[in-house]
Amino acid sequence: MSTVIKTDGLTKRFSRVTALDRLTVEVESGVVGLVGANGAGKSTLIKILLGLSPATEGTGQVLGLDIATQGPAIRERVGYMPEHDCLPPDVSATEFVVHMARMSGLPAAAARERTADTLRHVGLYEERYRPMGGYSTGMKQRVKLAQALVHDPRLVLLDEPTNGLDPVGRDEMLALIRRVHADFGISVLVTTHLLGELERTCDHLVVIDGGKLLRSSSTASFTSATQLLAVEVTDHPVDRDFDADAALTARLTAAGLNVRADGSRVLLVEIAGDGTYDTVRDAVDDLGLGLIRLEQRRHRVAEIFSTRSDEDQDEHERGDGAGYDAYRAAAAGGEQA
Amino acid sequence: MTTRPDVHSGVIHDIGYRPYTGPRLGRRYATRSLYVQSLRAAFGLGRSGKSKVLPFLLLGGMAAPSLAMLAIALFTQQREMPLDYVDYLASFSVLPQIFLAAQAPVLMSRDLRHHVVPLYFSRPATRGDYVAAKFAAMFSALMIVLALPLLLLFTGAMLAKFPVGDNLLHLLYGLVSAVLYALLYSAIGLLIAAATPRRGFGVAAIMGVLMITRALASITYALNGGFDPMRADSASWVFLICPSTLVESLVNQLFGLGLDNSATLHAPGAAGAAVFLAVLLALTAGGYALTLRRYRNV
Repeated sequence: MSTVIKTDGLTKRFSRVTALDRLTVEVESGVVGLVGANGAGKSTLIKILLGLSPATEGTGQVLGLDIATQGPAIRERVGYMPEHDCLPPDVSATEFVVHMARMSGLPAAAARERTADTLRHVGLYEERYRPMGGYSTGMKQRVKLAQALVHDPRLVLLDEPTNGLDPVGRDEMLALIRRVHADFGISVLVTTHLLGELERTCDHLVVIDGGKLLRSSSTASFTSATQLLAVEVTDHPVDRDFDADAALTARLTAAGLNVRADGSRVLLVEIAGDGTYDTVRDAVDDLGLGLIRLEQRRHRVAEIFSTRSDEDQDEHERGDGAGYDAYRAAAAGGEQA
Repeated sequence: MTTRPDVHSGVIHDIGYRPYTGPRLGRRYATRSLYVQSLRAAFGLGRSGKSKVLPFLLLGGMAAPSLAMLAIALFTQQREMPLDYVDYLASFSVLPQIFLAAQAPVLMSRDLRHHVVPLYFSRPATRGDYVAAKFAAMFSALMIVLALPLLLLFTGAMLAKFPVGDNLLHLLYGLVSAVLYALLYSAIGLLIAAATPRRGFGVAAIMGVLMITRALASITYALNGGFDPMRADSASWVFLICPSTLVESLVNQLFGLGLDNSATLHAPGAAGAAVFLAVLLALTAGGYALTLRRYRNV
């Protein structure tokens, strides 16, 4: 593992707003998620990392190169996929990516060869000879990814790569991003404001808000703070009015477990130990219900945000759930890691 | 079943990802690639068939009269061309202007409109390199349009056995004039084109600037007695405001062309020529600097 991105007290002030506020973060190779709401400073950070916009204060390194003085060297080794549309409609994907490869310094023959390879890897075949104006959003995103990868960079910065994609396209793009690291050996920094997709893709998450670092730690430490068990049961086979969920909740709570509902019909039970599985099974059996689902579930990254917004309120309402406190303690522990 | 499952007639191998270990040629090479791509784009090469029509029509329109003139000169056994090299560029000055208005937005506005500019800047070439490559491409494209007919004229003059020394000298005057046109036009055209992502606006704005200044110059020149039999040199100062008359009158004065002809535009005297040259260079440098500035915050 080597350090890919390192910033120290990075600050960017525009005339009126502070886009980044003393951001100190260190990122190892792998797939790293940069999470933050719109306007949190993600795009500003990327611009500074590319050496395109000078930081007001602080220093930073990308691939061991200083962002203030070695911008051109960084840009030769880094790929960038912007958030917005960047494809001229009257040019074919092949021509466009070849041109971009040459703009990265690849000789003409190598540029053509790498373009063919890269477009194949992102899943663009015959359509690559057609003008890009007629492409679907999914195809356009693939071309944008291809132009970021064509010069075989050591790090790619992907700005909202799943924007505008339908769920299937989104999953494909995420799988592709995973491959970029796993198969191609290229480190990835991917930004998004959608958390759900990152926890499946990233090894490490950096959360920023209002230009400040909220947290930087491995995805596992975000999500494995407490193990949950999702339980779903059938209605009572005979008694239609019997509230199965309520009865089960009562049973399990009586057995000393923490239970809460998650949407309709799914109960989340905190796992206290191996015995928890047996307790749930026996309770369901005792009530004469059918067990539809019994699966382990991890905490969602999204909960960081929901819990953070509750934080102030929570100072006054202690004890609204031991699980939450445990989670926060674990989260604090994760921050040290 | 006789076929064994492991026997295939052909296999497509997925060779997987191959890292690139070859040379990376860096910033200078990237800038040169952008220059070549932009120059090609100025003539519609590497783009759709439709986009080739106008630039080649203009190139043909610029060159065709020179061939016609040659044919007439040869046929009627004249001893010199009906139009001198410098005069030729002045007479057909509207064609390079249309070329500039149509193609400068192709170079600048398209990149802005389709947000390709940030992609360039995320690569080794810098903002300065980008503007330099685009300027060089526009300049070269205009030089092709302006110099091609001059070279055709010269070739024809040699074939017709016109005096070599005289023709060579006047070809040189013509080429200097072409360089000055191309410099000034590129600086103005690219600056305007870089201001708007809309190609149509760019075309209209460039054409407007060139046409309106030309009209203003002509009207003011006439009002100041430029067309009187005893014309005052001072009337010529107004040629400063229009790019095409600026170059035309400067070159004529500089090389002493058509000094006895009242229809030829001239800068007012030697001092005037110096001022005209200074203004031309200042406009070119200023346009270039402003274009650079335009890209500072993209």
